[in-house]
Amino acid sequence: MSAPDAALDHAAGPPADALVTGARLIDPRLGLDRLGDVLIRSGRVAEVGESGALESPPGAELVDAAGLIAVPAFVDPHVHLRTPGLEHVEDVDSGTRAAAAGGFCAVLAMPNTQPVVDSAPLLRSLRELARQTAHVPTGFLAAITQGQRGDALTEMGELADSGAVAFSDDGLPVQRAGVLRLALQYQRLAGRVLALHEEDPSLSGAGVMHEGAVSAQLGLTGIPSISESTTIARDAAIAGYEGGRLHFQHLSALESVVAVEQGKAAGIALSAEVSPHHLTLTDEDVRSLDTNLKMNPPLRSRRDRRALVDGLRSGTIDCVATDHAPHAGEEKEQPFEVAPMGVTGLETAFAALHTELVLGGLLDLGVLVERMTAGGAAFGIVAPSLAAGSQANLCLIDSGAEWIVGEAGYESRSANSCFAGRRLTGRVRMTIAGGSIAYRERTFAVGVV
Amino acid sequence: MTRSLLSIDDLSRMDIERILGRAESFAEVAGREVKKVPTLRGRTVINLFYESSTRTASSFEIAAKRLSADLVSVRAAGSSVDKGESLKDTIQTLSAYDPAVIVIRSPYAGAAALVARWSAAAVVNAGDGKREHPTQALLDVYTLRRRLGSLDGLRVWIVGDVLHSRVARSNVLAFGRMGCEVTVCGPPTLIPREVESLGCRVRHSLDDLGEADVIYALRMQHERMEGSFVPSLREYAARFQIHARRLSPRQLLMHPGPVNRGVELSAEVIDSPQALIIPQVESGIVVRMAVLFDLLAGGGGRAAPEPQAQATAAEPQPA
Repeated sequence: MSAPDAALDHAAGPPADALVTGARLIDPRLGLDRLGDVLIRSGRVAEVGESGALESPPGAELVDAAGLIAVPAFVDPHVHLRTPGLEHVEDVDSGTRAAAAGGFCAVLAMPNTQPVVDSAPLLRSLRELARQTAHVPTGFLAAITQGQRGDALTEMGELADSGAVAFSDDGLPVQRAGVLRLALQYQRLAGRVLALHEEDPSLSGAGVMHEGAVSAQLGLTGIPSISESTTIARDAAIAGYEGGRLHFQHLSALESVVAVEQGKAAGIALSAEVSPHHLTLTDEDVRSLDTNLKMNPPLRSRRDRRALVDGLRSGTIDCVATDHAPHAGEEKEQPFEVAPMGVTGLETAFAALHTELVLGGLLDLGVLVERMTAGGAAFGIVAPSLAAGSQANLCLIDSGAEWIVGEAGYESRSANSCFAGRRLTGRVRMTIAGGSIAYRERTFAVGVV
Repeated sequence: MTRSLLSIDDLSRMDIERILGRAESFAEVAGREVKKVPTLRGRTVINLFYESSTRTASSFEIAAKRLSADLVSVRAAGSSVDKGESLKDTIQTLSAYDPAVIVIRSPYAGAAALVARWSAAAVVNAGDGKREHPTQALLDVYTLRRRLGSLDGLRVWIVGDVLHSRVARSNVLAFGRMGCEVTVCGPPTLIPREVESLGCRVRHSLDDLGEADVIYALRMQHERMEGSFVPSLREYAARFQIHARRLSPRQLLMHPGPVNRGVELSAEVIDSPQALIIPQVESGIVVRMAVLFDLLAGGGGRAAPEPQAQATAAEPQPA
C-alpha cells in the first residue's frame, strides 16, 4: 500500500551540485550528530565526510555552512494550498515557496478546495500544475466522500491510480460511522491511508475556541476536548474491526493522545500528527481575541499542550504537521466569532518548535528533527536522509539566529501567522528539495568553485 | 491615548468608585427641572447598535443629550451594514466624522475592542456578544450602593442563564471588585464550565437562596435558546423562578430587563418593594452620563477643554 515517490510532483530545478562544508550534521535515523561535510552530485548525496575531508569537484557550489546545522529537510503532511478556488489567498507557487523557506522538502495538500478534489481529472490537473510551479515535491490528497458531503465515497480506486497520496475530508469530519466503515473496507481495494479531521459536530457545535476557563471568561462558545477524542476512539475501533489504517490529523487534546495510545497498544494501524501551534500555544493566548489564534481544532489548555509534547516525544504522535491554512486579511479582520479558522505555519514551524520546545528544554533537537521529517511515513513516502545515495533533501539552519515573525514579510500570500510579532530563534538559510536547490535566503552567500 | 470602557476587568475598585461618584453628582442634576448640562457641547457621540436594544440604546441617547453632545444613532437594520459593509469599513466611515465617542452594541465578543483599535474615538462597550456589558454592571452596582451604602461582604446570587449572559459576566466581576461574595446559580446546561474562574461560586439549585442578600435574576434569552438548553420553560420556572415564596422580605431583587414575566420572575415579585428593577433603569442614565464624562472630560481622558465652571450652576463638581 505504499505510494510511489512519483505521486509527488514539482517543477524541478537543475540537479544540485554542491559541497556543504563545516555544518553540524544531524540525522537521527542514522544516529548522526557531528561536524562534517556533505557532497551533493547531480541531486543526490554523494558522500558524507569529516570536515575538510571532501574535495569539491569543479562546477560545484561551495556552501560554507560553518556554524549551521544540516538536517534532512522536513516533510509536512498537512497543508492547504487553496488551489483551485482561492488562488488570491495561496497557490501552488506561493505555498510551496513558503514550504521551501520553512525547510520543507515535501508537502501534502488537502483536498478541501473549491471545488473539492474528488475526481481524477481535477487531481491530474493539480499534479500538472505542481510540475509547472511547485518549488518542492507536492502530493495531493483526494476527498473521502464526494464533495466532502459525508455521504457517497469518491472513486477512490481511480483517484489512487491517478496519484492521490491519501484520502481526507479535512476541514470536516466523516460524521457517520457507517460511511467511514465503508471507506475503510474500500481501502483494501484502493490502498492509501485515510487522514481524518476528528470532530463531533454535535459536541463542537458553534464553538470558536477551547472550552475551559478562558472561554467562560470571554463569553465564547467552547469546543470541548471530547469532541475530538471521542471521535478518535470511535474511528480507531472501526479501523481495528476492519483491519484498516488511519492517520489522525492535528491532535489537540490530552484525551486524544490517550485514545491514540490505546489504539496503537491494541495493535490498530494508526498514526497521528500535531501542529506547531498546538505544541507551543494555549487558550490563554486567545484572551487577546487575536483572530490569528483562531483555528480548528482550537488551542487548548496547558495540560493539553503538555500531553501533546509528551506524546510527540514518546512517539505516540508520529510527526509534526503545520496545517498551514492561509486566509485573506479581510477575512481575519473581523470579530473573533465570525473570523474563519486557520493559521499559516510553514515558514515558522521549525523556529517556533526550536524556540519553545528545544530551547525550552522540553524536546531534544534530534527528536524534533525526526518528528519533522517523519510526516511522509504514513503516506508511504520515504523519509529524507543524509545517507550517501539518497536524493538530496536537506536544509541548512542557523539555530542561533533570532528573527521577528512577519517583520520581513512572508513567502506565503497570506499573513495570518499565529506567531506574528514573536521573536523566534532558528532560521532556515537554504533548502534542497527533491534534488534541487529550492530556497536560499537572500543574504546567504554561496560561492562557486 | 484615548481611554475606552471595554470591560469591567479593566477597572479597579477606585475607577468604579470614581465613576459612581460622578454619577451621584449627575443624579442631583437629574432631580432638577432642567436636566441638561453643557459638558459635552460641540462633541459628537455615535451610538452604533448591531443588535436590537430598547433600554441600553435609549439610555445612552438620553445620557448623551443631557450632556449636550451631538448624537447620531445608527442601527444595523437599514444601514450600510445591511448592504454587507464590514465592521472595519463602517467604523472608518463613522470615524471620519471625528466623533468623541462611539458607543457600540455588537453580537460578537471583542467587537468594541476592535472599534477602539480602528478609531481614534473613545469607545464604550454597550454589550459585545455574550462577553460583557460593563455599563449595565456599573449601573447595577450604583443602584445597589444607593440603596445599601456599602457593598462589602454582601452576598449576591446571580440566577438563570449565565451561559448566554454578558450581564452575568460583567456583574460577577463588578460585584466582586466591590467586595461582594458572588454565587451564580442555574441549570448545569446554562452555567459555563469553569465559570468559577471569574471569581464566583456555582450552585444548581435555589435551596440555599436564603443566604443571599441580593438576588439578581437573568433574562431567559429566548433569542439565544436555539439549542434546547432546558427541557421546557415550565420546568425551568419550577426550579429557578424567583417568586414570592422564594424571596424573603430582607432580600433585594434585581433584573437587567426586559423581564419575561412568569418565567424567571413571577409577577408579584416584579412589583414588590424589594424589586430594584425600575431604579436600575433610572440609574442607567446618570451612570452612562458619568461614563461619557469620565472618558471625555474626566481625569486621564484625551485632552478635552475643561467645562467652564461658570457655564451653569448645574455643572457637577468632581466627586
